[in-house]
Amino acid sequence: MVNTLVTPSSGQVLFGGEDVTTLNPARLRRRVGYVFQGIGLFPHFTVGENIAIGPRLAGEKLDFARIAELLELVELEPAMASRRPDELSGGQRQRVGVARALAGKPELLIMDEPFGALDPITRDALGAKARELHDRLNLTTIMVTHDMAEALLLADRVLVMSQGKVVADETPHSLLKGAGGEIAQGLVAVPRRQAERLAAMEDGGQAQ
Amino acid sequence: MSEILDILLGLGDKLAAHIVLAASAIGLGICVALPLAIWAARSQMVARIALGFASLVQTIPALALLALFFPILLSLRAVFGENLPTLGFLPALLALALYALLPILRNAVTAQANLDPGVLEAADGVGMTGWQKLALVEAPLSTPFVMAGIRTASVWTIGAATLATTIGQPSLGDPIFAGLQTQNWALVVAGCIASAGLALVTDALLGLVERGFARRNRWQYGAGIAAVALGVAAALYAQVAGEDEDAIVIASKQFSEQYILAQLIGSQLEAAGYRVEYRDGLGSAVVHSAVASSSVDISVDYTGTIWTNELDRNDNPGREVMYETIVAWERDNTGIRVLGRLGFENAYAFAMRSDRATELGVSRLDELVRFAPQLTVGGDPEFFERPEWISVRDAYGFRFGETRNFAPTFMYNALRSGEADVISAYTSDGRVAADNLVVLDDPREALPSYDAMLMLSPRIAEDEDVIRALEPLIGAISVEVMREANFAVDRDGEEKLTPAQAATELAERIGL
Repeated sequence: MVNTLVTPSSGQVLFGGEDVTTLNPARLRRRVGYVFQGIGLFPHFTVGENIAIGPRLAGEKLDFARIAELLELVELEPAMASRRPDELSGGQRQRVGVARALAGKPELLIMDEPFGALDPITRDALGAKARELHDRLNLTTIMVTHDMAEALLLADRVLVMSQGKVVADETPHSLLKGAGGEIAQGLVAVPRRQAERLAAMEDGGQAQ
Repeated sequence: MSEILDILLGLGDKLAAHIVLAASAIGLGICVALPLAIWAARSQMVARIALGFASLVQTIPALALLALFFPILLSLRAVFGENLPTLGFLPALLALALYALLPILRNAVTAQANLDPGVLEAADGVGMTGWQKLALVEAPLSTPFVMAGIRTASVWTIGAATLATTIGQPSLGDPIFAGLQTQNWALVVAGCIASAGLALVTDALLGLVERGFARRNRWQYGAGIAAVALGVAAALYAQVAGEDEDAIVIASKQFSEQYILAQLIGSQLEAAGYRVEYRDGLGSAVVHSAVASSSVDISVDYTGTIWTNELDRNDNPGREVMYETIVAWERDNTGIRVLGRLGFENAYAFAMRSDRATELGVSRLDELVRFAPQLTVGGDPEFFERPEWISVRDAYGFRFGETRNFAPTFMYNALRSGEADVISAYTSDGRVAADNLVVLDDPREALPSYDAMLMLSPRIAEDEDVIRALEPLIGAISVEVMREANFAVDRDGEEKLTPAQAATELAERIGL
């Protein structure tokens, strides 16, 4: 909704104080980095061309050094720039997706279930990496996830949505302390119970 | 084999014309199909209408589609003026382009429907406008599939373009049709080899382009496109270089007599110093309008044909009145000059095997009536639609057991093999005498006369030199000589002649 790929049925989204539906969609989207589960790398472009597409659309050419810098930012070899997306693993592809989203120096980064299709180890590593980039580059990041543990561990502020409405808006700390209402607490209970059962298992007891 | 090779080597100009026609039709097809496909990908309604229409067109036989453009263009003359060509390149181009539409359109629509939705979302997400998305993402990703469609369309079009011969557009169909009619199989085989070869080469080159696009190998598709472009350019150059505005164009319909007479007329004109081109194998209905519009200059036509087809009459005022009426009508209505009659008739007549005729005891049409319900009558493809047939049927009250259509050449074979008992033969046909057929008398004079006439287009109607060169032919050809010449071409075996050879012999026989 922020980048108007979906239009709201009611209410409005303000971006830098302006209603997004009043902005030119193509220009708005170039100011917003977008990473999603489908990744959507262009299969007929090289990795480098994929990363450079946003600035190219704005009429600006990315030089090799900048592409290399972006690849290093997501911990990929600069030599990978000349490869095709189908030669990469899922995790590598999602890293390229992040690099592409960052290439245009966006004011906002939207991550829509970005790691949903990845294995847990890659998912964990990429989550940590995203948080690190967020801190290092001073980004504003909105990440959408179904995994409350991921939300609690990565975010500064957690909003819980239920049936299209925000039902909680808390810091991870206050959520763990029991704030945010019934729906939010139901979600927090899942990772908490899992953690307790794992701890109990470690102590030699049975996981019940 | 060497005969076929000789014919193949002489097909250069037909090949060039074929390539130019097929390439233009595919080009036009692409120009229409691609924008339509892009539109269709954005609107269900357009997709349904466009694909439905293209599929409908596909169900029309190519031959009929080509023929249909003649009346369509004729009626469009009301809008675009009298100079709109109704025969030759334009209708062939339009019909073949329509035919090429479906495979290109279908593949392009399917390709766009099957694009990865994630990639399309990403295209929007990185901030592409609609046009950028089309040019940078949708088009390049659809190209290999679109190429596959173009490849299919090309092979179809090259095959179907052979049928353009029938509407007066030179193509590789010329030798095929001429060969079929004169039973010169070397001509047929050569024409088929040439058009199949062209289709295979084109398919291979476009296949290279398709794979090049799929693998994103610039060299591969570049080389393929360059080779195709080079071929088309060479054909275009050959055609433009071979174009000859001053040449006199002689038409012939699709039977041996016409090929022979065209060659005879051609050699008379060449002897008088003219350059000559032949448009062989035109559809019967097409020839008259081609002469009237001066897209061809000379044809041999028959009084009975003109009487019913052009004057729209089905009465029978007698041989002389009919001829005089036609001469005046052509002069006043079309500007065609009827130079004169060649001296023989090629009329419809009913013929039977002599043993069958003896067995039934018939020598006249009225004697045949009571046996008709047990008999099969064969005719050429237009015969049972013609007023001659209706007039004979009504005059004698015929009710045949079965009616069957045959190509004129095969009609005699059908009679020989017993697949037909009676056929609508032609009086000047050599096989009437050669097969020992009985031509049944027509006591009620239901069949009109078919005097062969020499027709000149308005362009050369007043050309004294042309007329002087052709005048020796008037009244010079008796039905016996014509039969002999026809039989020499239609027969099988060692003594079979080409139309050109038969024309030379005919010229000697009539003392030219």
